[in-house]
Amino acid sequence: MGFGRSERGGRTAPAEPVTLKILVAGGFGVGKTTLVGAVSEIKPLRTEELLTEASRPVDSTRGVEAKATTTVAMDFGRITINEALVLYLFGTPGQDRFWFLWDELATGALGAVVLADTRRLENSFAAIDYFERRSIPFTVAVNCFDDAERYPAETVREALDLDGAVPVLLCDARQRESARDVLISVVEHAMRSAARAPADM
Amino acid sequence: MTNRWFDDAGPVVRPYAMTRGRTRSSAKDAQLDLIALVIADSPDAAEPDDGSAAAGDLLPEEEDKLLADHSFVPEHFDILALCRRSPLSVAELAAELDLPVGVVRVLIGDLVEAGLVRVTRPVPPAELPDESILREVINGLRAL
Ligand SMILES: Nc1nc2c(ncn2[C@@H]2O[C@H](COP(=O)(O)OP(=O)(O)OP(=O)(O)O)[C@@H](O)[C@H]2O)c(=O)[nH]1
Ligand SMILES: [Mg+2]
Repeated sequence: MGFGRSERGGRTAPAEPVTLKILVAGGFGVGKTTLVGAVSEIKPLRTEELLTEASRPVDSTRGVEAKATTTVAMDFGRITINEALVLYLFGTPGQDRFWFLWDELATGALGAVVLADTRRLENSFAAIDYFERRSIPFTVAVNCFDDAERYPAETVREALDLDGAVPVLLCDARQRESARDVLISVVEHAMRSAARAPADM
Repeated sequence: MTNRWFDDAGPVVRPYAMTRGRTRSSAKDAQLDLIALVIADSPDAAEPDDGSAAAGDLLPEEEDKLLADHSFVPEHFDILALCRRSPLSVAELAAELDLPVGVVRVLIGDLVEAGLVRVTRPVPPAELPDESILREVINGLRAL
Protein backbone atom coordinates (compact mmCIF):
# COMPACT_ATOMS: atom_id res chain seq x y z
CA MET A 1 0.00 0.00 0.00
CA GLY A 2 0.94 3.60 -0.09
CA PHE A 3 1.48 4.89 -3.54
CA GLY A 4 0.68 8.14 -5.16
CA ARG A 5 0.11 10.11 -2.08
CA SER A 6 2.21 12.83 -0.73
CA GLU A 7 2.90 12.97 2.92
CA ARG A 8 -0.28 13.00 4.87
CA GLY A 9 0.01 16.29 6.67
CA GLY A 10 0.13 18.05 3.31
CA ARG A 11 -3.52 17.27 2.69
CA THR A 12 -3.05 17.33 -1.03
CA ALA A 13 -5.53 15.31 -3.00
CA PRO A 14 -4.08 11.89 -3.69
CA ALA A 15 -2.76 11.35 -7.18
CA GLU A 16 -4.86 9.06 -9.28
CA PRO A 17 -2.59 6.50 -10.81
CA VAL A 18 -3.55 4.82 -14.03
CA THR A 19 -4.13 1.12 -13.35
CA LEU A 20 -3.50 -1.60 -15.90
CA LYS A 21 -3.90 -5.33 -15.78
CA ILE A 22 -2.29 -8.33 -17.37
CA LEU A 23 -3.85 -11.76 -17.02
CA VAL A 24 -1.89 -14.92 -16.35
CA ALA A 25 -3.79 -17.91 -17.69
CA GLY A 26 -3.08 -21.54 -18.42
CA GLY A 27 -4.06 -24.97 -17.24
CA PHE A 28 -4.27 -26.32 -13.75
CA GLY A 29 -0.97 -26.23 -11.85
CA VAL A 30 1.04 -24.75 -14.70
CA GLY A 31 2.68 -22.08 -12.54
CA LYS A 32 0.33 -19.09 -12.70
CA THR A 33 0.53 -18.23 -9.03
CA THR A 34 4.27 -18.82 -9.06
CA LEU A 35 4.77 -16.37 -11.92
CA VAL A 36 2.60 -13.70 -10.29
CA GLY A 37 4.51 -14.12 -7.04
CA ALA A 38 7.89 -13.93 -8.75
CA VAL A 39 7.36 -10.39 -10.04
CA SER A 40 4.82 -8.93 -7.67
CA GLU A 41 5.95 -6.41 -5.09
CA ILE A 42 3.36 -7.81 -2.73
CA LYS A 43 2.82 -11.40 -1.77
CA PRO A 44 0.11 -12.62 -4.15
CA LEU A 45 -3.24 -11.68 -2.71
CA ARG A 46 -6.32 -13.69 -3.11
CA THR A 47 -9.78 -12.45 -3.85
CA GLU A 48 -12.81 -14.60 -3.89
CA GLU A 49 -16.00 -14.34 -5.76
CA LEU A 50 -19.08 -16.18 -4.70
CA LEU A 51 -20.92 -17.46 -7.66
CA THR A 52 -24.58 -17.59 -6.91
CA GLU A 53 -27.65 -17.83 -9.04
CA ALA A 54 -27.51 -14.09 -9.52
CA SER A 55 -24.04 -13.92 -10.98
CA ARG A 56 -24.37 -16.97 -13.16
CA PRO A 57 -25.24 -16.50 -16.78
CA VAL A 58 -28.67 -17.96 -17.45
CA ASP A 59 -27.52 -20.33 -20.11
CA SER A 60 -25.15 -22.12 -17.80
CA THR A 61 -27.58 -22.88 -15.03
CA ARG A 62 -28.88 -26.08 -16.52
CA GLY A 63 -27.58 -29.19 -14.87
CA VAL A 64 -26.71 -30.38 -11.43
CA GLU A 65 -25.03 -27.32 -10.06
CA ALA A 66 -28.03 -25.09 -10.58
CA LYS A 67 -28.42 -24.25 -6.91
CA ALA A 68 -24.87 -24.51 -5.73
CA THR A 69 -22.86 -21.62 -4.47
CA THR A 70 -19.26 -21.86 -5.49
CA THR A 71 -16.25 -19.91 -4.49
CA VAL A 72 -13.76 -19.02 -7.14
CA ALA A 73 -10.41 -17.65 -6.13
CA MET A 74 -8.20 -15.45 -8.24
CA ASP A 75 -4.82 -14.42 -7.08
CA PHE A 76 -3.22 -11.21 -8.00
CA GLY A 77 -0.08 -9.19 -7.59
CA ARG A 78 0.97 -5.62 -8.11
CA ILE A 79 3.87 -3.84 -9.71
CA THR A 80 4.07 -0.11 -9.10
CA ILE A 81 5.80 1.24 -12.20
CA ASN A 82 5.84 4.74 -10.80
CA GLU A 83 3.49 6.86 -8.78
CA ALA A 84 1.23 7.43 -11.72
CA LEU A 85 1.18 3.90 -13.11
CA VAL A 86 0.32 0.63 -11.42
CA LEU A 87 0.23 -2.75 -13.10
CA TYR A 88 -1.89 -5.55 -11.63
CA LEU A 89 -1.40 -9.19 -12.51
CA PHE A 90 -4.29 -11.60 -12.23
CA GLY A 91 -3.94 -15.34 -12.21
CA THR A 92 -7.10 -16.69 -13.78
CA PRO A 93 -8.90 -19.58 -12.16
CA GLY A 94 -7.63 -22.76 -13.76
CA GLN A 95 -10.94 -24.55 -14.02
CA ASP A 96 -12.54 -24.10 -17.39
CA ARG A 97 -16.06 -24.14 -16.10
CA PHE A 98 -15.48 -20.72 -14.67
CA TRP A 99 -14.79 -19.26 -18.06
CA PHE A 100 -17.39 -16.57 -17.56
CA LEU A 101 -15.34 -15.05 -14.78
CA TRP A 102 -12.64 -14.48 -17.31
CA ASP A 103 -14.90 -12.10 -19.16
CA GLU A 104 -14.81 -9.78 -16.26
CA LEU A 105 -11.10 -10.25 -15.74
CA ALA A 106 -10.40 -9.82 -19.43
CA THR A 107 -12.37 -6.63 -19.83
CA GLY A 108 -9.89 -3.83 -20.22
CA ALA A 109 -6.86 -6.10 -19.91
CA LEU A 110 -3.74 -4.87 -21.60
CA GLY A 111 -2.82 -8.40 -22.56
CA ALA A 112 -2.26 -11.88 -21.24
CA VAL A 113 0.30 -14.56 -20.56
CA VAL A 114 -0.66 -18.10 -21.43
CA LEU A 115 1.53 -20.45 -19.46
CA ALA A 116 2.11 -23.82 -21.05
CA ASP A 117 3.67 -27.04 -19.88
CA THR A 118 5.09 -29.20 -22.67
CA ARG A 119 3.95 -32.34 -20.87
CA ARG A 120 0.32 -31.25 -21.20
CA LEU A 121 0.17 -28.65 -23.91
CA GLU A 122 -3.52 -29.32 -24.46
CA ASN A 123 -4.26 -27.72 -21.10
CA SER A 124 -3.45 -24.33 -22.58
CA PHE A 125 -5.78 -24.65 -25.57
CA ALA A 126 -8.78 -23.15 -23.78
CA ALA A 127 -6.88 -20.03 -22.78
CA ILE A 128 -5.37 -19.59 -26.24
CA ASP A 129 -8.76 -19.94 -27.92
CA TYR A 130 -10.27 -17.50 -25.51
CA PHE A 131 -7.71 -14.73 -26.08
CA GLU A 132 -7.59 -15.31 -29.83
CA ARG A 133 -11.34 -14.95 -30.10
CA ARG A 134 -11.38 -11.76 -28.11
CA SER A 135 -8.33 -10.33 -29.87
CA ILE A 136 -6.52 -9.87 -26.59
CA PRO A 137 -2.78 -9.84 -27.24
CA PHE A 138 -1.03 -12.71 -25.49
CA THR A 139 2.39 -14.27 -25.16
CA VAL A 140 2.78 -18.01 -24.74
CA ALA A 141 5.33 -18.73 -22.04
CA VAL A 142 6.49 -22.32 -21.78
CA ASN A 143 7.20 -22.96 -18.12
CA CYS A 144 10.24 -25.19 -18.09
CA PHE A 145 9.64 -27.68 -15.33
CA ASP A 146 12.78 -29.56 -14.35
CA ASP A 147 11.56 -32.95 -15.44
CA ALA A 148 9.96 -31.82 -18.70
CA GLU A 149 11.68 -32.36 -21.99
CA ARG A 150 12.88 -29.12 -23.63
CA TYR A 151 11.50 -28.18 -26.99
CA PRO A 152 12.47 -25.15 -29.06
CA ALA A 153 9.92 -22.34 -28.99
CA GLU A 154 9.22 -22.86 -32.69
CA THR A 155 8.17 -26.46 -32.10
CA VAL A 156 5.75 -25.30 -29.43
CA ARG A 157 4.40 -22.61 -31.77
CA GLU A 158 3.67 -25.24 -34.40
CA ALA A 159 2.12 -27.64 -31.95
CA LEU A 160 -0.18 -24.88 -30.72
CA ASP A 161 -0.87 -23.64 -34.23
CA LEU A 162 -0.15 -20.06 -33.23
CA ASP A 163 -0.24 -17.00 -35.42
CA GLY A 164 3.27 -15.91 -36.37
CA ALA A 165 2.85 -12.65 -34.47
CA VAL A 166 2.29 -14.34 -31.12
CA PRO A 167 5.50 -14.37 -29.08
CA VAL A 168 6.55 -17.73 -27.68
CA LEU A 169 9.11 -17.75 -24.88
CA LEU A 170 10.64 -20.36 -22.65
CA CYS A 171 10.56 -19.28 -19.03
CA ASP A 172 11.06 -20.28 -15.46
CA ALA A 173 8.05 -18.95 -13.60
CA ARG A 174 9.98 -19.02 -10.32
CA GLN A 175 12.55 -16.50 -11.50
CA ARG A 176 11.86 -12.84 -11.28
CA GLU A 177 13.87 -11.87 -14.36
CA SER A 178 12.29 -14.59 -16.41
CA ALA A 179 8.77 -13.64 -15.35
CA ARG A 180 9.56 -10.00 -15.96
CA ASP A 181 10.73 -10.76 -19.53
CA VAL A 182 7.47 -12.55 -20.19
CA LEU A 183 5.54 -9.46 -19.10
CA ILE A 184 7.69 -7.19 -21.23
CA SER A 185 6.93 -9.42 -24.18
CA VAL A 186 3.19 -9.07 -23.55
CA VAL A 187 3.33 -5.28 -23.43
CA GLU A 188 5.52 -5.07 -26.54
CA HIS A 189 3.16 -7.39 -28.35
CA ALA A 190 0.17 -5.30 -27.23
CA MET A 191 1.91 -2.23 -28.59
CA ARG A 192 2.58 -3.87 -31.96
CA SER A 193 -0.99 -5.18 -32.16
CA ALA A 194 -2.35 -1.72 -31.49
CA ALA A 195 -0.17 -0.27 -34.22
CA ARG A 196 -1.32 -2.93 -36.68
CA ALA A 197 -5.02 -2.55 -35.97
CA PRO A 198 -5.72 1.07 -35.21
CA ALA A 199 -9.09 1.69 -33.57
CA ASP A 200 -11.43 -0.08 -35.90
CA MET A 201 -14.66 1.00 -34.36
CA MET B 1 -34.06 -6.62 -4.63
CA THR B 2 -36.11 -8.06 -1.81
CA ASN B 3 -35.08 -8.27 1.80
CA ARG B 4 -36.20 -11.85 2.24
CA TRP B 5 -33.55 -13.99 3.82
CA PHE B 6 -34.72 -17.02 1.96
CA ASP B 7 -35.47 -17.22 -1.67
CA ASP B 8 -35.87 -20.03 -4.11
CA ALA B 9 -32.18 -20.69 -4.08
CA GLY B 10 -32.10 -21.21 -0.31
CA PRO B 11 -30.65 -19.06 2.42
CA VAL B 12 -28.94 -15.91 1.35
CA VAL B 13 -25.23 -16.55 1.42
CA ARG B 14 -23.80 -15.31 4.69
CA PRO B 15 -21.36 -12.63 3.51
CA TYR B 16 -24.18 -11.06 1.61
CA ALA B 17 -26.02 -10.49 4.86
CA MET B 18 -23.97 -7.34 5.35
CA THR B 19 -25.22 -6.06 2.04
CA ARG B 20 -28.76 -6.97 3.08
CA GLY B 21 -28.88 -9.54 0.38
CA ARG B 22 -27.96 -7.18 -2.39
CA THR B 23 -25.63 -8.73 -4.91
CA ARG B 24 -25.41 -5.72 -7.10
CA SER B 25 -24.51 -2.20 -6.28
CA SER B 26 -27.27 0.28 -6.87
CA ALA B 27 -24.75 2.93 -7.85
CA LYS B 28 -25.52 3.17 -11.54
CA ASP B 29 -25.17 -0.31 -12.82
CA ALA B 30 -21.64 -0.14 -13.98
CA GLN B 31 -19.71 -3.05 -12.50
CA LEU B 32 -16.71 -1.74 -10.70
CA ASP B 33 -13.62 -3.08 -12.35
CA LEU B 34 -11.27 -5.10 -10.16
CA ILE B 35 -8.56 -2.52 -10.77
CA ALA B 36 -10.74 0.55 -10.31
CA LEU B 37 -9.15 2.58 -7.55
CA VAL B 38 -11.26 3.66 -4.62
CA ILE B 39 -10.22 7.07 -3.39
CA ALA B 40 -11.32 8.75 -0.20
CA ASP B 41 -10.16 12.29 0.08
CA SER B 42 -8.98 13.27 3.51
CA PRO B 43 -11.68 14.44 5.83
CA ASP B 44 -11.70 18.21 5.58
CA ALA B 45 -9.20 20.48 7.18
CA ALA B 46 -11.14 20.29 10.44
CA GLU B 47 -9.31 17.09 11.23
CA PRO B 48 -6.85 17.55 14.09
CA ASP B 49 -3.34 17.26 12.80
CA ASP B 50 -1.73 16.24 16.05
CA GLY B 51 -1.40 12.61 15.11
CA SER B 52 -3.83 11.58 17.84
CA ALA B 53 -5.70 9.36 15.42
CA ALA B 54 -4.08 6.85 13.12
CA ALA B 55 -4.04 7.92 9.52
CA GLY B 56 -7.35 7.12 7.90
CA ASP B 57 -9.31 6.50 11.06
CA LEU B 58 -12.74 7.96 11.15
CA LEU B 59 -13.34 10.87 13.43
CA PRO B 60 -15.67 9.95 16.28
CA GLU B 61 -18.34 12.37 15.15
CA GLU B 62 -18.12 11.04 11.61
CA GLU B 63 -18.57 7.55 12.88
CA ASP B 64 -21.57 8.53 14.99
CA LYS B 65 -23.17 10.19 12.03
CA LEU B 66 -22.65 7.14 9.85
CA LEU B 67 -23.80 4.72 12.52
CA ALA B 68 -26.99 6.69 12.92
CA ASP B 69 -27.68 5.70 9.36
CA HIS B 70 -28.53 2.07 9.82
CA SER B 71 -27.52 1.11 6.34
CA PHE B 72 -23.85 1.29 7.28
CA VAL B 73 -21.98 -1.66 8.74
CA PRO B 74 -18.46 -1.78 10.21
CA GLU B 75 -17.08 -3.05 6.90
CA HIS B 76 -18.04 0.26 5.34
CA PHE B 77 -15.80 2.00 7.87
CA ASP B 78 -12.97 -0.43 7.19
CA ILE B 79 -13.07 0.40 3.50
CA LEU B 80 -13.20 4.11 4.19
CA ALA B 81 -10.28 3.96 6.61
CA LEU B 82 -8.14 1.90 4.24
CA CYS B 83 -8.79 4.16 1.30
CA ARG B 84 -7.97 7.26 3.26
CA ARG B 85 -4.49 5.93 3.79
CA SER B 86 -3.97 5.45 0.08
CA PRO B 87 -6.09 4.68 -2.95
CA LEU B 88 -6.73 0.95 -3.22
CA SER B 89 -8.11 -1.17 -6.00
CA VAL B 90 -11.34 -3.09 -5.59
CA ALA B 91 -9.34 -6.32 -5.70
CA GLU B 92 -6.98 -5.17 -2.96
CA LEU B 93 -9.86 -4.11 -0.74
CA ALA B 94 -11.52 -7.49 -1.17
CA ALA B 95 -8.29 -9.28 -0.29
CA GLU B 96 -7.57 -6.99 2.63
CA LEU B 97 -11.02 -7.39 4.14
CA ASP B 98 -11.22 -11.05 3.16
CA LEU B 99 -14.60 -10.58 1.57
CA PRO B 100 -15.91 -11.70 -1.79
CA VAL B 101 -15.45 -9.14 -4.53
CA GLY B 102 -19.21 -8.97 -5.05
CA VAL B 103 -19.80 -7.92 -1.47
CA VAL B 104 -17.06 -5.31 -1.56
CA ARG B 105 -18.52 -3.86 -4.74
CA VAL B 106 -21.88 -3.36 -3.07
CA LEU B 107 -20.28 -1.71 -0.04
CA ILE B 108 -18.20 0.59 -2.21
CA GLY B 109 -21.35 1.48 -4.13
CA ASP B 110 -22.96 2.58 -0.86
CA LEU B 111 -19.97 4.74 -0.01
CA VAL B 112 -19.99 6.31 -3.45
CA GLU B 113 -23.67 7.13 -3.09
CA ALA B 114 -23.01 8.69 0.28
CA GLY B 115 -20.31 10.82 -1.30
CA LEU B 116 -17.61 9.39 0.94
CA VAL B 117 -15.40 7.88 -1.74
CA ARG B 118 -14.97 8.14 -5.45
CA VAL B 119 -13.78 5.61 -7.92
CA THR B 120 -11.42 6.02 -10.85
CA ARG B 121 -12.46 4.77 -14.22
CA PRO B 122 -9.81 2.45 -15.53
CA VAL B 123 -8.89 2.61 -19.18
CA PRO B 124 -12.15 1.95 -21.03
CA PRO B 125 -12.53 -1.64 -22.17
CA ALA B 126 -11.43 -2.38 -25.72
CA GLU B 127 -9.24 0.66 -25.70
CA LEU B 128 -5.54 0.36 -25.23
CA PRO B 129 -3.81 2.99 -23.19
CA ASP B 130 -1.57 5.46 -24.97
CA GLU B 131 1.56 4.20 -26.59
CA SER B 132 3.51 6.47 -24.29
CA ILE B 133 2.01 4.70 -21.29
CA LEU B 134 2.91 1.31 -22.73
CA ARG B 135 6.49 2.47 -23.23
CA GLU B 136 6.56 3.64 -19.66
CA VAL B 137 5.38 0.22 -18.53
CA ILE B 138 8.06 -1.53 -20.58
CA ASN B 139 10.78 0.73 -19.21
CA GLY B 140 9.48 0.26 -15.71
CA LEU B 141 9.53 -3.51 -16.08
CA ARG B 142 13.05 -3.46 -17.53
CA ALA B 143 14.19 -1.58 -14.47
CA LEU B 144 12.84 -4.23 -12.10
N1 LIG C 1 10.32 -27.02 -11.41
C1 LIG C 1 9.47 -26.02 -11.54
N2 LIG C 1 8.40 -26.01 -10.73
C2 LIG C 1 7.50 -25.00 -10.87
C3 LIG C 1 7.70 -23.98 -11.80
N3 LIG C 1 6.64 -23.13 -11.74
C4 LIG C 1 5.83 -23.62 -10.78
N4 LIG C 1 6.35 -24.75 -10.24
C5 LIG C 1 5.72 -25.56 -9.19
O1 LIG C 1 4.53 -26.12 -9.71
C6 LIG C 1 3.49 -26.13 -8.76
C7 LIG C 1 2.24 -25.42 -9.25
O2 LIG C 1 2.53 -24.04 -9.41
P1 LIG C 1 1.40 -22.92 -9.20
O3 LIG C 1 2.07 -21.62 -9.41
O4 LIG C 1 0.69 -23.13 -7.94
O5 LIG C 1 0.44 -23.25 -10.39
P2 LIG C 1 -0.96 -22.59 -10.73
O6 LIG C 1 -1.04 -22.49 -12.21
O7 LIG C 1 -1.16 -21.33 -9.97
O8 LIG C 1 -1.96 -23.69 -10.20
P3 LIG C 1 -3.55 -23.60 -10.03
O9 LIG C 1 -3.86 -22.23 -9.53
O10 LIG C 1 -3.85 -24.67 -9.05
O11 LIG C 1 -4.12 -23.89 -11.38
C8 LIG C 1 4.08 -25.50 -7.49
O12 LIG C 1 4.47 -26.53 -6.65
C9 LIG C 1 5.27 -24.72 -8.01
O13 LIG C 1 6.28 -24.62 -7.04
C10 LIG C 1 8.86 -24.02 -12.64
O14 LIG C 1 9.12 -23.16 -13.47
N5 LIG C 1 9.70 -25.06 -12.45
MG1 LIG D 1 -2.76 -20.75 -8.69
